[in-house]
Amino acid sequence: MKAASQYLGSVRTFDVMRLREDFPILRQKVHGKPLVYLDNGATSQKPQAVIDALNHYYTAENSNIHRGVHYLSERATAAYEAAREKVGRFINAETEQEIVFVRGTTEAINLVTQSYGRTFIKVGDEIIVSALEHHSNIVPWQILCEQTGAKLRVIPINHKGELVLEEFSRLLNEKTKFVSIAHVSNALGTIVPIKEIIRAAHERRIPVLVDGAQAVPHLRVDVRDLDCDFYAFSGHKMFGPTGVGILYGRRELLDAMPPYQAGGDMISLVTFEKTHYNVLPYKFEAGTPNIAGGIGLGAAIDYLLALDWEGLAAHEHRLLSYATDALASIDGLRVIGTAAEKAGVLSFVFDSVHAHDVGTILDQEGVAVRAGHHCAMPVMQRFGVPATTRASFALYNTTAEIDVLAQAIHRVRKVFG
Amino acid sequence: MSELDDLYQEVILDHNKSPRNYRVLANANRKAEGYNPLCGDHVTVYVKLDDGVIQDIAFQGSGCAISKASASLMTAELKGKTEAAAEDLFEGVHKMLTGDPEANHENVGKLKILAGVCKFPARVKCASLAWHTVNAALKGESQPATTE
Repeated sequence: MKAASQYLGSVRTFDVMRLREDFPILRQKVHGKPLVYLDNGATSQKPQAVIDALNHYYTAENSNIHRGVHYLSERATAAYEAAREKVGRFINAETEQEIVFVRGTTEAINLVTQSYGRTFIKVGDEIIVSALEHHSNIVPWQILCEQTGAKLRVIPINHKGELVLEEFSRLLNEKTKFVSIAHVSNALGTIVPIKEIIRAAHERRIPVLVDGAQAVPHLRVDVRDLDCDFYAFSGHKMFGPTGVGILYGRRELLDAMPPYQAGGDMISLVTFEKTHYNVLPYKFEAGTPNIAGGIGLGAAIDYLLALDWEGLAAHEHRLLSYATDALASIDGLRVIGTAAEKAGVLSFVFDSVHAHDVGTILDQEGVAVRAGHHCAMPVMQRFGVPATTRASFALYNTTAEIDVLAQAIHRVRKVFG
Repeated sequence: MSELDDLYQEVILDHNKSPRNYRVLANANRKAEGYNPLCGDHVTVYVKLDDGVIQDIAFQGSGCAISKASASLMTAELKGKTEAAAEDLFEGVHKMLTGDPEANHENVGKLKILAGVCKFPARVKCASLAWHTVNAALKGESQPATTE
């Protein structure tokens, strides 16, 4: 497999206005105002290339994969497996056998807790997560703890929303059998120094899963450079379709794990006496998968790899600092999550106005944000707020849109006096 | 009037700012908690029910302006009403909030101020949380609620 770096570099320089034309949904108006889509942490919009790939698959290739001997099945299989290779290259996996298609990050984590966890984690063992995790990287581990008698340990965060790494070192001990950490916090935007965490865990031979759902749309991820054991992410947050995601797993770990779900495609031989499981990655892919979704994700990766990533990173950095300055200058607005290293997420509370009311008023101005606890209730508890309003950015957002956001927040004050 | 002005009317903003009957009811004999897991809104409703009549009612909790104003307006409206009348009102308000074509805004008294909510489907649950909670309280066991 070629190194990911070969696919980087500037096919074209980063031009946000031109790039916006690739996303047809951004042309629409909402309540008579131009759509300002700042809910990318929930899901990103899709470029025409991804929409076309889905359309093309259903128009010209639709068929079941890995089983037909006919023309369409061969084409569909080739397209689906080509997408797997693209994913492997995108995150620099050693082989595409380490790329398991799943429904999304949530299923990827559940696969690891139920397959790896139930096999290798025992009563009295400890699992470490952090205080900034999404519920999908908390609850599956809690269930595993109930099933096995293991204990969950939590790395605290400081008032900026950064992990307290000294506490992590203190939590590590001979009972620690797994570490599962978000790469980027969905509620706060904190970029977690996962390389450091992985290094410390590996010194004790503890495997590490990284929840990369919020990282892949913003950062170049290289699983071999990170040296992680599992990396989980969703297609729909990185400009691909919903219902498809990836579990990357180190081959020797995946090999040692039992299947997660059972059915067709994951077997090599079935008799009523004994069933032999299929090779990697198919052992973990029971049943007909989201074929169109996988192909669409491949198209999203093609789209991303054709971008100028240096320009993209600079653009996103500028967006975040512009937005932080614009919002911080609004009286009564408090940004929640002020880590030194952040990706494009800006969570805030405004006066005593509840996030839901802020969200509804912003929507009337065409501005789409998320309001609530962001499936991270422990984070809300840590900061003593019931909910926040979250603006989350993607590569197609502009500073002009952030001006619209700031004006819309002034409208909130007008309504609430 | 725009839909937004319709939603955040003066009366609603006032009830949000100074909610009526916002306290623990020490002599309550019915109590229920309501929770909206989607947004984390949380409300506790206290009722003093004697011979099928709501003698006193109060609430506490955290939530958005719509949920707080709805709970405040609800307690003001239900005080002194019979259980049966409360149920009728619950039904009327529910129809109004969900935009049921059979809804009659004249049957719901001051609560018709919440009619604008039906234009904001994502906010219907905010407005109905307190109502579901009082319903649970009235249907609950008639034991004295603890006043911790």
